[in-house]
Amino acid sequence: MARYAREVAVVAFAQSDHLRRTDELSEVEMVMPVLHQVLAATGLKAGEIGFTCSGSSDYLAGRAFSFTMTLDGVGAWPPISESHVEMDGAWALYEAWVKIQTGEADTALVYSYGKSSPGSVRDVLTRQLDPYYVAPLWPDAVALAALQAQALIDAGEADEAALAAVGARSRDAAVANPHAQLRGPVPQGDYQVRPLRTGDCPPIGDGAAAVVLAAGDLARRLCERPAWITGIDHRIEAHSLGLRDLTDSPSTRLAAEHAGVFEAPVDTAELHAPFSSQEVVLRKALGLTDEVSVNPSGGALAANPMMAAGLIRIGEAAARIHRGASRRAVAHATSGPCLQQNLVAVLEGDAR
Amino acid sequence: MSKEPVAIVGIGQTKHMAARHDVSIAGLVREAAARALADAELTWADIDAVVIGKAPDFFEGVMMPELYLADALGAVGKPMLRVHTAGSVGGSTALVASNLVAARVHRTVLTLAFEKQSESNAMWGLSLPVPFQQPLLAGAGGFFAPHVRAYMRRTGAPDTVGSLVAYKDRRNALKNPYAHLHEHDITLEKVQASPMLWDPIRYSETCPSSDGACAMILTDRAGAARSPKPAAWVHGGAMRSEPTLFAGKDFVSPQAGKDCAADVYRQAGITDPRREIDAVEMYVPFSWYEPMWLENLGFAAEGEGWKLTEAGVTELDGDLPVNPSGGVLSTNPIGASGMIRFAEAALQVRGQAGEHQVPDARRALGHAYGGGAQFFAMWLVGAQEPTS
Repeated sequence: MARYAREVAVVAFAQSDHLRRTDELSEVEMVMPVLHQVLAATGLKAGEIGFTCSGSSDYLAGRAFSFTMTLDGVGAWPPISESHVEMDGAWALYEAWVKIQTGEADTALVYSYGKSSPGSVRDVLTRQLDPYYVAPLWPDAVALAALQAQALIDAGEADEAALAAVGARSRDAAVANPHAQLRGPVPQGDYQVRPLRTGDCPPIGDGAAAVVLAAGDLARRLCERPAWITGIDHRIEAHSLGLRDLTDSPSTRLAAEHAGVFEAPVDTAELHAPFSSQEVVLRKALGLTDEVSVNPSGGALAANPMMAAGLIRIGEAAARIHRGASRRAVAHATSGPCLQQNLVAVLEGDAR
Repeated sequence: MSKEPVAIVGIGQTKHMAARHDVSIAGLVREAAARALADAELTWADIDAVVIGKAPDFFEGVMMPELYLADALGAVGKPMLRVHTAGSVGGSTALVASNLVAARVHRTVLTLAFEKQSESNAMWGLSLPVPFQQPLLAGAGGFFAPHVRAYMRRTGAPDTVGSLVAYKDRRNALKNPYAHLHEHDITLEKVQASPMLWDPIRYSETCPSSDGACAMILTDRAGAARSPKPAAWVHGGAMRSEPTLFAGKDFVSPQAGKDCAADVYRQAGITDPRREIDAVEMYVPFSWYEPMWLENLGFAAEGEGWKLTEAGVTELDGDLPVNPSGGVLSTNPIGASGMIRFAEAALQVRGQAGEHQVPDARRALGHAYGGGAQFFAMWLVGAQEPTS
């Protein structure tokens, strides 16, 4: 615990059911039930939370400042101490964790959400790329992931059967996850972009998630088995795919080193790997052995609500500790094309 | 537990202008960051983490631009966070960076905010219709004009006050080499004769659309001890938010702004802001927001803010100079505007503000707001290391 000034734990986690379309719901309506649920789990009211932070992306909503309306769902009256990252909610959690480390807050509410259904998320994500030289070519996320998958196959680190097995295992695990979008046997399907088939790619869907953080003894009062964040770090790599070895994820490894992942074995890993091939890369970077339970929730191949899927990995890892199903877990979130930016957190239960 | 004191040891801005056709977005941000590093006499290798902010991604058409900008900002292999809290984002971004140092998670952090408005059209970027929600009515001016009228009606302020603010800020900008608008022939009569855009807001009482970036280097006590130039110290910082629209909202003087200021003053030990603060960099995108925020921030009693403006108190040589840099009315790269306020406040207490320096400024307030006047971010910086 000496790594940081304060002990901070995930004390509650909630998520929506992840659905292909939610035409009947505004973002606010999608987020509100999740916020109510996560607060109810701790008995705290919005006004009692020390700091609130959210993650989302205007590009999914198709309008500027979309998060300004979602704040209404929190019920920010009287005014609250609040911030927002235009990133996956995992980074909102990081900002909230830093705030608690300063001592200015003892609790934090973190939420994130994304509705991919109103537009074409494959087209939308091309707008993340270098706007002068790459974005005008509209290379989509599946095509870029396919480059990465092919590089892995060419390096002899995977084959199509191994990738298919990742997809099958994920959707098998998701049977036990009532929130997942794709569950049970799903045909591997046709090639989307060779060598990736439908089953190697994440479903497109809408969803939201929320987490409550608390410090020290307060965490112990709010939660029977707090999931202590004993390490958290994130790192970014060069943007251009030509500057990176796509078969490796040095930023994940570096973040893991700083978060202390390698200091003791983990029993669970929740990895934000939207493509089957990316799980192969992340397993290697994190040094995960076959004994580790990887994505027992089904992972992003079973539900991938943009901007929430990373926060959900932290929430799922924490929930396993809450349930007593894990003692030491690693949670991972990613952003950008082909795993450009990665966040790694270590979550631990009290020794018992 | 104690927080690490946070020092600002490097500040860099671009020359702000309507269109920087000579640089890419990456070139623009790198220019500001390189100037901040040079000011601190540090190199890219000294930076532990990068915190970047800007207003909506639609303004440049780049989704989550931190991904593309990682290389230009020397962030490869480092942590990089992207903050977005509407117009207050530049301030919020600096506060997130400051917290990284205060929490002792990192020792030296580069924070930067930018907007390259010439890549798009901000007014229409803010006017996308959303079903069942009030649109921003032809840009931000359409949204804020009714609240200015409400202020005038509530306080009885004469309709000349707005033009006094614009005339002052545009004159101050002439002393700031980085300011976008340098109107050498500005007169009060010209401001008053400019076309009415959103009654009562005239053309010369509105902010321009700018390309620009602002960067700061924040560091801990040990870093400040090595700094070749005087540091500015963070004495207090806070963010507050409230919903955009609800029946109890006071758009003239939002509670979130009052609460945010009160929190900052409490942290900094300020009990009489009017006497104890030497300079204010206030987020004034439309001229009437100066008297409105003077009240909201506790510099004047309710209904009295316009009297300070009218009496010349907020002039560069007044006893509470507001926006000595020329402010948002003279320079508005939206996402960077809040950080410019924070950085200009720091320049004042470092004694580095050049021709627009307020003599002997010891404590200065940087202020930003955004959304439908719902997000607030402020910091108070001082020339001395804080005692508590």
